Amino acid sequence: VLTVVVFLPLAVGLVLLALPRRLPDRAIRWIWVAVSAVDLALVVALWIGYDPASGIGYEANLAWIPTVSSGYHIGVDGLSLPLAAMTAGLFLACAIYSLREPKRVRAYVVLFLLLHTVSLGLFVSLDLILFFVFFDVSIVAMYFIIAGWGHGNARRSALMFFLYTFLGSLVLLLGFIGLYLAAEPHTFDIIELTARPPLDGKGPLAGLVLLALVVGLAIKTPTVPFHSWLPPAHSDAPAAGSAILAGVLLKLGTFGFVRIVMPIMPDTWRQYALVIVVVGVVSVVYGALVALAQTDLKRMIAYTSVNHMGYVILAVGAAGLVAGTGEQARTLAVTGAVMQMVSHGLITGALFLLTGVLYARGGTYDMAAYGGLARAAPRFGLLFAAAAFASLGLPGFSGFIAEFQIFTGSLDSAPVPTAIAVTGIILTAALFLLALQRVFLGSTRSPDGRGFLGDVTVVETSAIAPLLVLTVVIGIFPRFLLDVIEPAARAVAELVAR
Amino acid sequence: MTGMNENVGVLLPELLLVLAAVAGLLAGSWLPRDRQWVVRLIAMAGCVAGLVAAIVDLTRPAQRVFAGSYIVDVGLGAARIIVLLSILLTIGLSVDRVGGSPRETEFYVLLLLGGLGGIALAGANDLLLLVAAFLLASIPLYALTGIACTGPGTEAAMKYYLMGALSGVTMLVGVTLLFGVGRSTLYTDLAVALPGAPRAAVAVGLVAVLAGLLFKIGAVPLHFWVPDVVQGATTPVAAFVATIPKIGGLLAIYRLLSTALVAVEVDWSLLVAVIAAVTMTLGNLAAFFQDDVRRLLAYSTISQVGYLLMAVAAADRAVLALPALGFYLAAYAVTNLGAFAVVAQLPHARTLADYRDMATRHRWLALSLVICLLGLIGTPPTAVFIGKLTVFTAAVDAGLGWLAVLAVVNSVASVFYYLRWIAPVFRRLTTAPAPDVLLPAGRWGAISAYTGAGASLLFGVLAGPVLAVLER
Repeated sequence: VLTVVVFLPLAVGLVLLALPRRLPDRAIRWIWVAVSAVDLALVVALWIGYDPASGIGYEANLAWIPTVSSGYHIGVDGLSLPLAAMTAGLFLACAIYSLREPKRVRAYVVLFLLLHTVSLGLFVSLDLILFFVFFDVSIVAMYFIIAGWGHGNARRSALMFFLYTFLGSLVLLLGFIGLYLAAEPHTFDIIELTARPPLDGKGPLAGLVLLALVVGLAIKTPTVPFHSWLPPAHSDAPAAGSAILAGVLLKLGTFGFVRIVMPIMPDTWRQYALVIVVVGVVSVVYGALVALAQTDLKRMIAYTSVNHMGYVILAVGAAGLVAGTGEQARTLAVTGAVMQMVSHGLITGALFLLTGVLYARGGTYDMAAYGGLARAAPRFGLLFAAAAFASLGLPGFSGFIAEFQIFTGSLDSAPVPTAIAVTGIILTAALFLLALQRVFLGSTRSPDGRGFLGDVTVVETSAIAPLLVLTVVIGIFPRFLLDVIEPAARAVAELVAR
Repeated sequence: MTGMNENVGVLLPELLLVLAAVAGLLAGSWLPRDRQWVVRLIAMAGCVAGLVAAIVDLTRPAQRVFAGSYIVDVGLGAARIIVLLSILLTIGLSVDRVGGSPRETEFYVLLLLGGLGGIALAGANDLLLLVAAFLLASIPLYALTGIACTGPGTEAAMKYYLMGALSGVTMLVGVTLLFGVGRSTLYTDLAVALPGAPRAAVAVGLVAVLAGLLFKIGAVPLHFWVPDVVQGATTPVAAFVATIPKIGGLLAIYRLLSTALVAVEVDWSLLVAVIAAVTMTLGNLAAFFQDDVRRLLAYSTISQVGYLLMAVAAADRAVLALPALGFYLAAYAVTNLGAFAVVAQLPHARTLADYRDMATRHRWLALSLVICLLGLIGTPPTAVFIGKLTVFTAAVDAGLGWLAVLAVVNSVASVFYYLRWIAPVFRRLTTAPAPDVLLPAGRWGAISAYTGAGASLLFGVLAGPVLAVLER
C-alpha cells in the first residue's frame, strides 16, 4: 500500500513523459494537481488507518541487494507519518500554485513528481541504502528545478547547491558504510541496526562515523557552518522549488538525526550531545541575526530556515543529554523537534509561495522597493502577515506549540543554551515585524512605480491559504498530531537513553 | 581438479569469438562492398552465441584448464559477459558510421579479436598466457585506432603503439624476473615459490608486470595515450578502446595479485591504492576544463579506472572486493558506452557548447545522455552508484578508509565537469547555428544510447541478483 503512495507520482510522471507532444500544458498541470490530491488523500487514509501504539505500520520488506544486506524496507511510524502528510500537502499546494507556470511545463511537472516520490520515499524508508538513494535523487531533481526554472544567477546557485549537498550526501554514505561494516552481521537495515547498535563503546571509530553522519546531515539541514549553499539556492530558485526545498528537503537532514543517528548510535550521541546542542544554538542565533540584516525578502526567509532548523538541532541534542533529566523532558524535546519540522514545512512553504507572488508582480525581492502593500493588496497582506506571525511563533499557530515543547524539553538538561536560544525568538519576531512594516505599511511603493499590480489570485490563495489554515488548526488542536508523534518520540528518547 | 583438464568445451565463448572472427574475415573478403553487413551479422551472432554459452557456463563450478594456465570461474564469466555485451553495444553505435565504409569487415573482425584478448586477460593464470593475452588485446586496437586513416587517427595510433610496445617490453622483463625467482610462470606455483624469493626481485618484477596492465587499463602513470586515442580515433573505436581493455586488464591485475602474490611480503595493496588515488585525482583534475566532449570522456574514464582500482587494492582483504569489481565494471561499461553512443549519434557536435539546446531537438537522446553522465557521477539509482557503494565498502573494509575519503572528494569534484556538459543540453537557443551541429547520424546510435542508459538504470535496480551471481 505504502509503495503505491510513494511511487504513484513517479509513475504518473513517466506516463506524462511518454505522452505525445501535442498534449496541452493545461492538461498536464491539472493532471499534476489531481495526482497530488489523490496522493494526499491516500496519505490521509494511511493516517486514519494507522494505530500510533503499533510501532511501524504498513511495513514492506523485500530483499534488494542481498549481497550487502540491503532491502527495500519501508514503513511508517509516528515520526514519518506526519512528515509524509506534510510533504503530500505541500506538494499539492505547489501543484496548485504552479498552475500558472508557463515555461517548459511538462519537464517541470515531471521533475516535481519525481521529487514528490523521493521525498515521500525518504521519510518512509527503513534501509540506509534506500534512504540514501532517495536522498541523492532529491538533490539531482532539485538541481534541475533551480537551474532550469530559477532566475537571477540560477545556474551558479544550482551548481553550488549540487556540489555542496552532494558532498554532504557522500560523507553520509561513508558514515553508512561505517555502520554497515561495524554491524555483525553486516547490514544496512535501520531496524536491525537499531536493535543492535553496532558502534556502542567503540571509541574513536564510533566518533568518526558519528562525525560523518552528522556532517552529512548537517549540510542538508543546514546548520551553521554548513549553511552557505542555502541562501543563493533559495533566492534563485522558483517559488515552488523554494517551498519544497525549505519545506521538505531541509527536513531530510533533521529527520536523519531522529531516524538514524539517535537510535543507531545512542552511546556516541550522548557522548557528543553537547556539541550538537551548541551547533543548534549557534544556528538559531546566527540564522536570526543574519536574517535581520537582509534587505532581500527571500534571503531573509531563507535565513529564518537556518534559525528554525537550529531549534530542531537543539532539541535532538538536548534529548541526548541524559544526565540530570527525566525521560519525559527528552520525549517532549523529540516531540517538539518533529512538530517543528512539520510546522516549519507548512509555514515556510507558505512564505516562499507568497514571496513568489510578490516576485511575479514586482520582479524583485528587494524590500526597499515595496511599501504600503497592505492597502494596495489587502488579501496578500493578510496572508503574509498570518504566515509571518506563524513563523515567529505566535501562540495559536503550530510554531508556538513546537517551539514551546522544544524549550520546555531542553531547559532541564541544557538551561544556558536554551536561554540563549530563546533570544532567537525575539530576533525572529523583530525581523518579521520589521519586514511587515517595510513592505506593507507606509506609503505605497512598487518597483515600477505604477502601483502594485493586483492582489493574490484565487489560484494562489487556494494554494497558500490551506497551509496557513492547517498551521492554525495544529496550533489550536494539536492533539491529533501529538497522539501520533508522542509514542514514537518516546521510543526515540528511550533508545537514546539505552 | 587435475592439471590434465584439457576440455575445450569450457572455452566455448572464446572459441565462438574466434570462429566469428575467422568466418567474418573470410566472408568479408568475398563479399561485395555493399553487402559487408553480412559480416556484422556474423559478428553479432558470434557475440550472442558466446553470451549464451558464457551464461550457461556460470552455472558450472570453477575449473582450471590447460595445465592450470587458464581459469574458468566467476571472474572470467563476468569478463566474458561484460565484454560480449560491450562489443554488441559498440557494434550498435558504430553501424551508422562504419556501415558501408571500405573497412567495415576489418573493423568488426578487429573488434572481435580485441574483445577476445580482453577475455583472455581475465582468465589467464599464467604469466606467459598473460603476455599473449596482452598482445592479443593490444594489437587489434592499434590497427583500429588508425583505421580511419586521418591525421589525428594515425598520430594517435602511433602514440598508442609506441606506449604499448614500451610497456609490453617492460612487462616481459617483469615476467622474466618473476619466472627467474619463482621458477615457474603458473600463478599457483608462484604463490608457493615467491614468498621465499628475494623481496626486491619480486617487487621489481611485480611493478614491471603491472606496467603492462596499467597501460592496458589507462591508469596513471601510463595514461597519456588515452585522451589522444579517444579524441583522434573514430568515435566507435574510441568507445571500444576506452571500455573493453579495462575489463580484462583490471580482472587480470586482480587475479595476478590475489593468486600469485597473495603471500609475498610486498605491500601491493598500498601500491595499488596509491596508483588508484593518483589516477582518480589526476583524471578528474584534467577533465575539469576540457571543452572537447571526447577528451572529457577520456579523462573521465581515467578517473573511473581510479575508482575501479580501489576494488583491486582491497583484493583478498574484503569479501566484497571481487563482486564490487565485477559489478562496477559492468556498470561502467554500459554507462560509458551509452555516453559514447550519444557522441556517435551526434558526430558533428564536438565541443560542449555544440550540445546547446539538445533537449528540445532530441528529447530522448538528451535524457539518455543525462542518465549516463549522472550515472558516471554515481548518482542512484544508476548502476555505477551500486558499483561505487560496493567498492567504497570494500575499500573501507580493507582498511583503506583514506582512499574512500579521497574517492568521495573526487566524486564531488567530478560533478562539476559532468554538469558542464549537462548544462548546455537544456539551454535554449533562439536561432539555430548555421551548420547544424546536432544533426543525428542515424538510427543505431540513438538505439545504442537508449540501451546503454536503460541498462545502466536496470543494473542499478536489479543489482541484487547480479551481485549474487558474482559473489559465488
